[in-house]
Amino acid sequence: MSYVKGLKCKECGQVYPQKGVHVCEVCFGPLEVQYDYSAMRGKVTRESITAGPRNLWRYRDLLPVDGEPRTGLFSGYTPLRRARNLEKVLNVKELYIKDDSANYPTWSYKERVVSVAITKAIELGYDTVGCASTGNLANSVAAHAAEAGLKAFVMIPHDLELGKVLGSLIFGPTMVRIEGNYDDVNRLCSEIADKYRWAIVNVNLRPFYTEGAKTFGFEVAEQLGWKLPRHTVCPTAGGTILPKIYKAYREFIELGLVEDNQPKIYSAQAAGCNPVVEAILAGRDLVRPQKPKTIAKSIAIGNPADGYYVVQAVKQSGGWGADATDDEIIEAIKLLARTEAIWTEPAGGTTLAAAIKLINSGRIPRDESICLCITGNGLKTVEVVVDQLEQPASIPARLEAFDEFLARGKKKVAAPAPVPVRTGV
Amino acid sequence: MGVKIRIPTPLRAMTGGVDAVQVQAATVDQALAQLCSQFNGMDKRLFKQPGELNRFVNIYVNEEDIRFLNNLQTPVKDGDDLSIVPAIAGG
Repeated sequence: MSYVKGLKCKECGQVYPQKGVHVCEVCFGPLEVQYDYSAMRGKVTRESITAGPRNLWRYRDLLPVDGEPRTGLFSGYTPLRRARNLEKVLNVKELYIKDDSANYPTWSYKERVVSVAITKAIELGYDTVGCASTGNLANSVAAHAAEAGLKAFVMIPHDLELGKVLGSLIFGPTMVRIEGNYDDVNRLCSEIADKYRWAIVNVNLRPFYTEGAKTFGFEVAEQLGWKLPRHTVCPTAGGTILPKIYKAYREFIELGLVEDNQPKIYSAQAAGCNPVVEAILAGRDLVRPQKPKTIAKSIAIGNPADGYYVVQAVKQSGGWGADATDDEIIEAIKLLARTEAIWTEPAGGTTLAAAIKLINSGRIPRDESICLCITGNGLKTVEVVVDQLEQPASIPARLEAFDEFLARGKKKVAAPAPVPVRTGV
Repeated sequence: MGVKIRIPTPLRAMTGGVDAVQVQAATVDQALAQLCSQFNGMDKRLFKQPGELNRFVNIYVNEEDIRFLNNLQTPVKDGDDLSIVPAIAGG
């Protein structure tokens, strides 16, 4: 049994029973899962959560599933790390990194939303799942579907990084590369979901799918010792995770599990695709769609469905937003790797680069706790750094050659062939 | 001929299950006005007020979002395809 009361339209308040519907039939607004918080009081406690499994299902009482979890039994509960080296570089007092580049089994925050969506898909009787994806979601859907024994269709833009393409294909889904950007893929998937009776996780299972993102925020709070960071910086693409982290914080406050320290949340986007940050900086509610142009492909969503709710969460919390150029993103990827030994994808570089701007501009005070949300892994996006790193020297296998190499000040002995990287497939 | 408007699932309850409707129109606004005149209650699904679409209604003319064109004043001609698409979560 669960504490779910049903679904409710975030725009007009119309209520629905739990089923595979994703938009309000009255106004097209997105549907949100409603819980009975009063019934949770005294039952959902620090102790009940701590007694749960060391994966994202320890927060099951706050997730919209009725039966047993069907996948994700090894997902979530990723490291929350104190970033002492980066603290020195950025001159801040208390910095944490929530590291979903280590999320199992496909190395991104998407394991959270997919574990919930696939468990729900099975509950609702679907035998086929799918998604519109910029890469990470496709990887996760393909993997979890394989584990759960479901058929999978994953739709992606045609120009994704090779690692993201292979990272899905290895699990055996049907993959379709769509000639267009993510927003084109999205529109097509909406029409596919209309025509075929499949669970497209981020279309018709969206209300359940998005709830999984809350576990990121729950973990931050629990791992910080049942406390909330004062400032949380989060990347924004379609706008799923940021409002859900904020919702997770509010739910823990509501249940009395953490003190309300008025946590503020900040949106980070690439300068080449910043419709949400642009709206925040302009003080507008309206998010104007854009045509993305950035190396941060995983967050290159020009028409973010939940962009409006990111703006609202940021505003309500007293946070702000910042964007980063492609060069700044790459520098931040290197900085995070060289200070904290975390190799993140461009979305993570965007988060760090934006955080640096927010700190330097005084939006985030240097003496309060800060949490950076790292949501993806750099091994999937080698293309973005291959020309940005010094090529290694190549020498004969003799000690004298090595001595000579050192004497030259580690300069290249001979120009080696560049590391081959093929883009596309 | 005319302009073909594709009706998404959440709106088909109002069209008696019909998934596409042909209208005669010179702009997106006129096309949607015709659709609303044919089906009772459709205007409230699409429009917050006259001239302003609900926040989560996306309209495409031949695969291009009208917000990149001329919004509701975007011209349409015979043979054009007009899609009504709800917003979707990221990925």
